[in-house]
Amino acid sequence: MRLLTHNMLSSNIKGVTNGFPLQLEVEKMVVKEVAFNGDFLKNIFPKIEWKALLDAAVAMGCGDLPENAEATMLDNEEFLRKFHHALLQLHLEEGALICPETGRRFPVSKGIPNMLLHEDEV
Amino acid sequence: MWFLCVFYHRLLDFRRPEVEALAELLLKTDSNQEGGGSHGSQFLVEWRLPENHHPDSPFHFVSLPSEDIARKIAQRSLLVKGIYELWGEGSCYEELERAIKEFPDERKLQYLAAGSTFRITVDSFGKVLSSQDQNERMARLVYIPFKGRVNLRKPDHKFWLMETDDYGSNNGLPPVVQKRIFFGREVGAADRKLLPTYELKSRTYLGPTAMDAEMAFLMANQALARPGKLVYDPFVGTGSILIAAAHFGAMTMGADIDIRVVRDGRGPDCNVWSNFKQYDLPAPLSILRADNNLPPWRSGLKEVFDAIICDPPYGVRAGGRKSGGRKLLKGAVAPYTVPEDKRRDHIPSTAPYSLAECIHDLLDLAARMLVRGGRLVFFYPVAREEGPTMIQFPEHPCLTTIATSEQILSLRYSRYLLTMIKTAHYTEELEELAREKHWEFKENHAKWLEDGGLHSAVFNPLGLMENLKVERDSKPKYRGKYV
Repeated sequence: MRLLTHNMLSSNIKGVTNGFPLQLEVEKMVVKEVAFNGDFLKNIFPKIEWKALLDAAVAMGCGDLPENAEATMLDNEEFLRKFHHALLQLHLEEGALICPETGRRFPVSKGIPNMLLHEDEV
Repeated sequence: MWFLCVFYHRLLDFRRPEVEALAELLLKTDSNQEGGGSHGSQFLVEWRLPENHHPDSPFHFVSLPSEDIARKIAQRSLLVKGIYELWGEGSCYEELERAIKEFPDERKLQYLAAGSTFRITVDSFGKVLSSQDQNERMARLVYIPFKGRVNLRKPDHKFWLMETDDYGSNNGLPPVVQKRIFFGREVGAADRKLLPTYELKSRTYLGPTAMDAEMAFLMANQALARPGKLVYDPFVGTGSILIAAAHFGAMTMGADIDIRVVRDGRGPDCNVWSNFKQYDLPAPLSILRADNNLPPWRSGLKEVFDAIICDPPYGVRAGGRKSGGRKLLKGAVAPYTVPEDKRRDHIPSTAPYSLAECIHDLLDLAARMLVRGGRLVFFYPVAREEGPTMIQFPEHPCLTTIATSEQILSLRYSRYLLTMIKTAHYTEELEELAREKHWEFKENHAKWLEDGGLHSAVFNPLGLMENLKVERDSKPKYRGKYV
């Protein structure tokens, strides 16, 4: 699971109002190369919750990102590379996503987050 | 600029929409601007038919902005046999000769110059011409002043002489009222070599509803898949649709409710990831297990996907599932609570997902998650006894349908590939309506399941055949599974 995905997901358990961002429980992290595409990064940037990405990257052991980011920084190649690495190349292979409100654990195994809810959570 | 566009005699309804989609894709890419602001190119692809031709004929005239665009369309398409600069046409060879002679020299001579190489191909639709017949026809072209040398393998310029006629029985092909002959210079042709490369029989990991490679490419073309774009498939299965999108350079993301398919496959070298590796394609950015009925997107997340492509489960070969538990939804038992100590490894049961609800969720997802101008491309099944005039395609206030292409699957049912463009913002009112509808589906679960009786319409052996008689004749004989 890439951090792009993490940035899009929340806990959608019935009654939960604040299911984002999910906390990362990292058992195994790998770096998977993704072809760099500046246009893609520029298009996706406004949709990203920066704080959530920043915290997730730190949880994955990557402290390269600046504290705050704004659209003007997208012209900076070095920033784009860091953004690309954090958003697309850090990959959670084994671990879990934890709902910030209920503590419910959504397991991530073989890189696949399992977001399916139990019968009494829908 | 007008060109002669000759199609393969396949998937007839899919042919014009493919060219139109590719024209839009290339114009957007070439002009290299606008993220997702306005939709639709200013340029409109126009069509004409040759005299007396039926729309199912392989010969069409198409107006495109430039020869360069025409070439690129042909090269990326699957169904365009060739796009040609027409030098002349006629209903007999004398008329053709007059037309070619009248075609301005300044457009002809540069392709006939000494030092260039060329090839002429004689082709016919509806009948096979013997090589003797072909040579006779070619020999008649002496009035064209070819100065170059012939090179059959790699010529600079390719010329085509194509004829079509009412050959008596016409082999069940579309009606040709009158003989027509075309002569033109090839501008571009489809590269169908990628089909044997991607054909399903050589793919490692397959499911029962894996999308045929040709169709997957047609879907990816409708979705305008290209580098820098993000394409999502909410019913990803073995990834057969995303493979086509990835081939065209798009980033991909998929979800499925069946964790065995997306996580395990049939082992370490036979799963969704290995399917991408097999073709040296970049793996999906993300595959997740999620329920399209209760998507796990954070609130406030909108307009992230450039396209959503999918083949929803419609209950004929594979039925849809959603979370909630079968018994609970039927109201047969009191709400089930998972005991605390069992929660960690609990495997939730799923309930059947009616087609109506599935499509509703899909349109809502597209309305919310597509960028403006983004496309939703999906198959919609139709029981054929409903008759073509009775088909009510799904609609959404944010989405505009731009193409409906029918693929007939059996006597009883066919599926339509629907292409929709997101043309309006997803408002809070729409979100609220979707929420209400979600509860309506949930409360009347049993009723909705009964409504979608497509499975019985397709498999029920008796009782339906009488109604079908009318319908059977309403489509021409040559329309079948592949056309």
